[in-house]
Amino acid sequence: MKDVLVDLNNISKSFDGHLVLDELNLYVRENEFLTLLGPSGCGKTTTLRILGGFEKPDKGQVIFSGKDITNLPPNKRQLNTVFQKYALFPHMNVAENIAFGLKIKNKPKSYIDDKIKYALKLVNLDGYEKRMPDSLSGGQQQRIAIARAIVNEPKLLLLDEPLGALDLKLRQDMQYELIRLKNELGITFIYVTHDQEEALTMSDTIVVMNQGYIQQIGSPERIYNEPENAFVADFIGDSNIISSTMIEDRLVEILGARFACVDEGFGTNQPVDVVIRPEDVELVSPAEGTIQGRVTHLIFKGVHYEMEVMANGFEWLVHSTRMVTPGTEVGIKVDPFNIQIMKKPESEDEEAVGVNE
Amino acid sequence: MSKKLLSVPYLFWSALFIIVPLLMVFYYGLTDKSGAFTLANIAAIASPEHSKALWAAVRLSLISTVICLLLAYPLAMILCNMKVNHSSFTVVIFILPMWMNFLLRTLAWQSLLEKTGVINSILGALHLPPLQIINTSNAVILGMVYNFLPFMVLPIYNVLVKIDANITNAARDLGANEVQTFFKVILPLSVPGMISGITMVFVPALTTFVISNILGGGKILLIGNVIEQEFTQAYNWNLGSGLSIVLMLFIIFNMVITAVTDKDGEVSIL
Repeated sequence: MKDVLVDLNNISKSFDGHLVLDELNLYVRENEFLTLLGPSGCGKTTTLRILGGFEKPDKGQVIFSGKDITNLPPNKRQLNTVFQKYALFPHMNVAENIAFGLKIKNKPKSYIDDKIKYALKLVNLDGYEKRMPDSLSGGQQQRIAIARAIVNEPKLLLLDEPLGALDLKLRQDMQYELIRLKNELGITFIYVTHDQEEALTMSDTIVVMNQGYIQQIGSPERIYNEPENAFVADFIGDSNIISSTMIEDRLVEILGARFACVDEGFGTNQPVDVVIRPEDVELVSPAEGTIQGRVTHLIFKGVHYEMEVMANGFEWLVHSTRMVTPGTEVGIKVDPFNIQIMKKPESEDEEAVGVNE
Repeated sequence: MSKKLLSVPYLFWSALFIIVPLLMVFYYGLTDKSGAFTLANIAAIASPEHSKALWAAVRLSLISTVICLLLAYPLAMILCNMKVNHSSFTVVIFILPMWMNFLLRTLAWQSLLEKTGVINSILGALHLPPLQIINTSNAVILGMVYNFLPFMVLPIYNVLVKIDANITNAARDLGANEVQTFFKVILPLSVPGMISGITMVFVPALTTFVISNILGGGKILLIGNVIEQEFTQAYNWNLGSGLSIVLMLFIIFNMVITAVTDKDGEVSIL
């Protein structure tokens, strides 16, 4: 296991009496691509600003490379930030923007020139030295912002929704670009986004946050396939979340029908939440299905069809490459491996309780 | 068509009260009393008495502009860093004197500064030596700064408030301390605001005759006073117009210089 680079200990922060982060604990390993994912107001940006030194936590410590940097100003931290909307200096050309941090550190001119060349090559913008930021497209500005940060050779790069302002196609290209950059540079990335697809594509580790609490930490596969609670399941992709009863180990009663599953240890006759991804719902003939229903809606989505099936009083969301016309009677079958059982939260509050690793 | 019609009242107004008077100034300035063409009124600026008044005006308005800049910049920064509801209150407090008549404000300063005025009465009661600045250049500078300071603060405030917080954050993030961030990022980005502030203070200060009349007690003769006296006392409209043309060209020349210096060309000529 690699060394821990950043350790956030019991970080709390409130603004005007409103608690944004509550006793947050999180560590980041060296060379990890970690994504803070959550809806707006979940505390992800505040966490990043605390790391960058732009906010001071009310409580708790930020440990960086073994040192407490909680009270260090941003200019004394060995990390750099790529801001939302780029934040390039509008009165400087591209080369001056990139050279900013190096000039502050009084690096020799030849070193700075080499670094500018190297960084522009790295972000595929050779020859753009003399351009002014306002003459560049959004994607180009974002690359310059990244170049400006990485020439300082930070141990850690913080990225605050850097692709948020770009259009879909460009965003996808930049995702691959960022992964390539991270691999070439071998530095740690902490990435903030509300876009679950972006998080799933790029991250080694995803931290799902809501209302100032960490909901789940895990690899993209784990977060997607084994969400720990209904919030994570709902936030990461579409899903059918159904209130059910765990009859015994490996048997769950969903909407009155009994489904085989693979989960154990929830006790007998316990109320649980079941998550079934729409692509895991198989539509078969009524006789073959575990429960029966009728297709009510059909939408073509490109890669697949999205259908809604009314069965036993629940509207099932189904993704399939096979089209079934609305009105058709169908049976629903789910592979035991694709049924994810979650403990029911006992109250609304508990849903938001931190579940750190 | 309808949009063009909307501008008719203003076109009428500007023709009547801007273009016609301007043409009249040029006509009087370039003719003598008999109506014959002459450059003598323009050349009159070279006479020692007139050029002395012009340079006195330049000197005092430059000093006032610099003082305004030094006072206004920190003030504008403080306003920017305030929470929204506080800042609008402070801006109102600041602008409040501007709602009162310019003449009244200047007359108020006169009675404050007079030899037997309010300030000296207080100083006398405290057995302190009296303040003797009325009827000096310093009193005129004080009047100019007092009257024109808001015109410096507002344009600077307007550019500062538009600087994205993340741009200064980015400078800090890249290793700049607060002083470096100010000189490398904030100050260069606020140049357009400073330039419009300088124009808005320097030009009215340069042409004023009211402040120098009231606070200079007739002892401080600025180019504005000379022109005013040519019109109101000597009844030499030709000489007054000639000197006005010189002053106008001087201002235009200065504004062109500032506009060229300002790369962005975002200079607001007001």
